[in-house]
Amino acid sequence: MQISLQTYRPVILKFQSLIALLLLCITIGLLSDKFFTVANGWNVLRQISVNICISVGMTLVVLTAGIDLSVGSVLALSGAIAAGLLRNGIELPANNLYIGFTVFGAIVAGILTGSVLGWFNGWAITRFKLPPFVATLAMLTIARGLTMLWTEGFPITGLGDSFTFLGTGWFLGIPLPVWISGGIVLVTVLLMDQTRFGRYVYAIGGSESAARLSGVNINRIKIRVYTLAGALAAVGGLLVTSRLDSAQPNAGTSYELDSIAAVVIGGTSLSGGRGSILGTVQGAVIIGVLNNGLVLLNVSPFWQQVVKGIVILLAVIIDKSSTKGE
Amino acid sequence: MLRAENITKRFSGVTALDAVCLEFQAGKVTAVIGENGAGKSTLMKILSGVYPDYEGQIWYKGNPVRFASPRDAQDCGIAIIHQELNLIPYLNITENIFLGRELTTRWGTLDKKAMRLRTGQLLDRLNLSISPDTLVSELKVGQQQVVEIAKALLIDSEVIIMDEPTSAISESEVDVLFRIIADLKKEQKAIVYISHKLDELFKMADRFVVLRDGKSIESGEMQGMTHDDIIRKMVGRAVHTIRRQAGFLSPKPLLSVENLCLKHPERTQENQLKNIFFTVGQGEIVGIFGLMGAGRTELLETLFGLHPKRTSGKIRLDEQERHFKSPGDAIAAGLALVPEDRKKDGLVLGLDVRTNISLTNLNSIERNGLLNRAKESKLANQYITDLNIKTSSERQTARNLSGGNQQKIVLSKWLATHPKLLMLDEPTRGIDVNAKNEIYKLILQLADAGMGILVVSSELPEILAISDRILVMSEGNLTTELPANASEDEILKAAIPQTI
Repeated sequence: MQISLQTYRPVILKFQSLIALLLLCITIGLLSDKFFTVANGWNVLRQISVNICISVGMTLVVLTAGIDLSVGSVLALSGAIAAGLLRNGIELPANNLYIGFTVFGAIVAGILTGSVLGWFNGWAITRFKLPPFVATLAMLTIARGLTMLWTEGFPITGLGDSFTFLGTGWFLGIPLPVWISGGIVLVTVLLMDQTRFGRYVYAIGGSESAARLSGVNINRIKIRVYTLAGALAAVGGLLVTSRLDSAQPNAGTSYELDSIAAVVIGGTSLSGGRGSILGTVQGAVIIGVLNNGLVLLNVSPFWQQVVKGIVILLAVIIDKSSTKGE
Repeated sequence: MLRAENITKRFSGVTALDAVCLEFQAGKVTAVIGENGAGKSTLMKILSGVYPDYEGQIWYKGNPVRFASPRDAQDCGIAIIHQELNLIPYLNITENIFLGRELTTRWGTLDKKAMRLRTGQLLDRLNLSISPDTLVSELKVGQQQVVEIAKALLIDSEVIIMDEPTSAISESEVDVLFRIIADLKKEQKAIVYISHKLDELFKMADRFVVLRDGKSIESGEMQGMTHDDIIRKMVGRAVHTIRRQAGFLSPKPLLSVENLCLKHPERTQENQLKNIFFTVGQGEIVGIFGLMGAGRTELLETLFGLHPKRTSGKIRLDEQERHFKSPGDAIAAGLALVPEDRKKDGLVLGLDVRTNISLTNLNSIERNGLLNRAKESKLANQYITDLNIKTSSERQTARNLSGGNQQKIVLSKWLATHPKLLMLDEPTRGIDVNAKNEIYKLILQLADAGMGILVVSSELPEILAISDRILVMSEGNLTTELPANASEDEILKAAIPQTI
């Protein structure tokens, strides 16, 4: 027993979150016969696709030893801008001007909004050497306030079928949000693994001064990372808005916490330099399955939160003890 | 006083210490000598309670002991002063010394008066005439070390372990430290002294213990030993020290610096570098000597484009005037900098050897915007072979390698950029004799191949061994330029600050 455990230890460590996920699925499957159904499977994946979009961006930020608390608000504002433009366009009565937006135009405007906010985060952090926690905390309130101003505190609804297709439609038997989040994961995995940009992100998180002395333009990379995080939050915002056919002024509240949880459960170190996109995806799936399972098992929503917190603690404790030897 | 018998310690399969036996006596300074990776720090961590699980037995004052934690060892009277000092910068001296052992009044509040008084006494005893209320962040490194020693004295330590205590302090501070050690000896403390600087050991130590590959090889009296004896015991064979043959005169200037000034980051009236003029020729090795704070590191950083906004003066490379706005610019122009602190600035410790080597050079292994892993491994393996880097593979994490091999990785990543001018800041700090010689040999080879080399060092023997020409800095000035056959006295005289 001793010997076999020793031999398999590296394998167990490598796939620990997958193993945890498997155990979780089996347990829920045994307790509820509704869990292992195709419909429920797609349901879970569709639910987590928003969190995956945000968490992928969050992973990049955390890898540079930063954090982005503003993603929830950025998500809300981007969704609201897209919805508002789609529904009302831009009216400038003074110039007797009206600009209408197609679905595509609204989507571009939404993503642009997120990118600009993210870029501003990165700019503030690098230009004024602000701690990311503080800069993005400020953006959290700013973007939420702007959302309230833009929506005047009321949901923007009635966005039309072609827009809601984004969040509710199917393509080749797979929900569209799953395609989108899957595509984002694929592209970022490639970006982090195979390009100079990804390499520099890991280097900055591992040792910023060593990266600087190696000729890496730290500020440029960081600004790109925060911009990307903003853009991905905006994609999440479009998915949420489209699924509900409504841009809620308080959409995305506390989403940053779910995404940080996914990043941490996925094994990315909050001090930067160590972690991966695929780990984060596993983390997001674990949270999603857990949420789904607790609902299927009729656990009270209050207990759901407690359980989720305990899972985060356990995940980090296991991760810590497995990397102790390094 | 303290005796260890058959201490064995294994880390996941690797034996770091193998049946080590040694003894430290009261009133004696015992030097623990060994190459990097010989097991010195592991041994010290066991003696000071950091690693509680090991095989073997430790005897302290004739009783068997086993320390469960550093606190446990301290309470018994064993204190360790680490290479990296463990003081809290924004607390004052008193608060640091009493951290975790605060005195309280009978009301349960802090007895600041008593603590301050006791700190004053300790500082007096150590001849440090500074107020106990001074913030640690305002102290020089040497003074901080004295505070650490005071901390050890507060708890009446009988055994004081010092790990590379002189690696970061100036010559005059070293003298102060040696005086303190001599006093402690008189008080019958057992001092354990770990250092790579053999000269110091001959000055200070009464006894020696040699560790090699985790085994205790030999111990005995320092008296009667020679440099070569010690080195032979450390590496297991005699080592020939490298020396540059003759002063070489370069035919072509590569770098020329005129009137270079660097403003102080806070006090903008002051200059950290003051009107520096010098040149480096192709294939020439120029050594820069200076004490701590002379501006050596700042000079290299300025040349490398790290302080563009505070720099004035002319830098010419290949007869072309250059203004580097960032290290990226400097690298593109053919400069490379091996920084002083390789763990923080030289390497990304958490990444593997391959990634560290290619970091400066990713555009060369890029195709259509994607990185070519095979090409990257080839690049890394080429340098692993060329520089004889001891690593299990190019995928090994840099953190797990010894100091000498880490430094070779830093050199590799810069050689991969094919620089014209290689700048090295303390290239062999904390590196064992063998690796040191390999690095010297490499530097000489590179110079012979036409590379210009600028070496900064605070070790005179190093400067004398490899330089064609020696520049001496003091307080931001370039005080003199000397030929390779200059005497140590001449160099030191130019390095010692004139203003007090």
